[in-house]
Amino acid sequence: MESTMEPVPTRRSFVNWLLGTSAGAFVLSVLYPISRYLVPPPAGESSAASVVVPVKADEIKPNTGQIFKFGSKPAILVRTAAGELRAFTAVCTHLNCTVQYRPDLGEIWCACHNGHFDLNGHNVSGPPPRPLDPYVVNVRGTQIVVSKGV
Amino acid sequence: MPSTAPTRGRLWSWLEERVGLSDFEALARHKQVPIHRHRFWYYFGGMTLFLFGVQVTTGILLLLYYRPSAEEAYESVQFLMAEVQFGWLIRSIHAWSANLMILALFIHLFSVLLLKAYRRPREITWMSGVALFGVSLGFGFTGYLLPWNELAYFATKVGTEITGAVPVVGHFMLRLLRGGDDVTGATLTRFYGIHVAILPAVVMLILGAHLFMVQKHGMSVPPGVDREGGPRRTMPFVPDFLLRDMVGWLSALAVLALLAAILPAELGKKADPFAPAPIGIKPEWYFMFMFQTLKYLPSRILGIEGEIVGILGFGLGGLFLLVLPFLDRRAERGSRASLFTWIGIGIIVYVIVLTYLGYTASPTK
Repeated sequence: MESTMEPVPTRRSFVNWLLGTSAGAFVLSVLYPISRYLVPPPAGESSAASVVVPVKADEIKPNTGQIFKFGSKPAILVRTAAGELRAFTAVCTHLNCTVQYRPDLGEIWCACHNGHFDLNGHNVSGPPPRPLDPYVVNVRGTQIVVSKGV
Repeated sequence: MPSTAPTRGRLWSWLEERVGLSDFEALARHKQVPIHRHRFWYYFGGMTLFLFGVQVTTGILLLLYYRPSAEEAYESVQFLMAEVQFGWLIRSIHAWSANLMILALFIHLFSVLLLKAYRRPREITWMSGVALFGVSLGFGFTGYLLPWNELAYFATKVGTEITGAVPVVGHFMLRLLRGGDDVTGATLTRFYGIHVAILPAVVMLILGAHLFMVQKHGMSVPPGVDREGGPRRTMPFVPDFLLRDMVGWLSALAVLALLAAILPAELGKKADPFAPAPIGIKPEWYFMFMFQTLKYLPSRILGIEGEIVGILGFGLGGLFLLVLPFLDRRAERGSRASLFTWIGIGIIVYVIVLTYLGYTASPTK
């Protein structure tokens, strides 16, 4: 068709338009529910602000660490060589592995990519980009209560 | 047409009338394979296809006992290995054949790259091949988690977390892959679905296109051989090349049986989301070079998180492979494209060195 000519609406072009838009609408009406279906519903974020570690305070020897559940995530409780209890999230800030305490180094260590954290949770070497989030540790008798900081 | 067809018996005529067997016969008769000094590399595509067939067969067999949930997956594999007759063999073959298939695929991909078989008019063949390579890595990644053991659990945590580091869409992709915010039973179910239904369907489509293109264009003659000129020698695909192909398949099967019998697939410890990552955690060998690269990257490069730089780098590498035929204009003209040969060799050396380091460097240092 020449550019100077206005396209004349014909019955044919109207039917084609109708067919095209219906086909498009059909595809969308199939794809939309599927795409929404594939996205998992949000899980309720654990609201636990504090947990009691299922180990007694006197059972944790100096220079050792212990993984425990904090809500749905792992956390680590460390008794330093000096006897102080400290707790951090055990989820490595690099790629989400669970860290462990290395008594030979006196550091928290991630086996996945060799990330090191000191006992203040600071990332001291390796790939982790951020420190581990610290938790507050309170000892009540033999019970250890770990809570999120204020 | 019927007048030229030789008399082949009643079954042939019956099928011929309904299916058109002589069309297939003509196709098989006309297919020729070039003969030259590099023709050895032609066998690796077929070998990959053969090993894929082994994967489909053993995969279907494993499905009969496997249970895709965090509570039962490990136990069902344990049962399969310990109680089911030849269960250990089927699983070991599946695991080893996966590794050999990826190896054959690596060799196929890089030999095609170095022989410049991607040049016009085979760009779509190449791109569908790169896509199949990606899908195969997806098969390996999703299949690795299914036994729900410790190593697989953390490898999946790391692997999916890497998607989360992709700018903008990362977190969405991560949740989509994991079926939630963490690697849980929901991830296992999802990976199972991807491994046994979604990826096989995707493979069928892309592989169909790939094989169709290979049939349409025939085998590529490397530009070096082309430049030398001289008479072109060929051999018929059926039976000459096919029989040679089958020797390769039989050899692969022999290696497979040997590996599966001598080094059966291990199961390890059941995944525990509240245990520290085990020392010496490692992904499948074909992800090792990426894994090792992530270990060496410092936490920050030019103010960007090191892992993001690494991921973007590998993403760009994959994109480079995909669009290679459009970058290498010299190979298309039939002239020497030594730059892309050297890039190809560079990639191979990088992958081999980093994989070697991944297995030899101390994990605790």
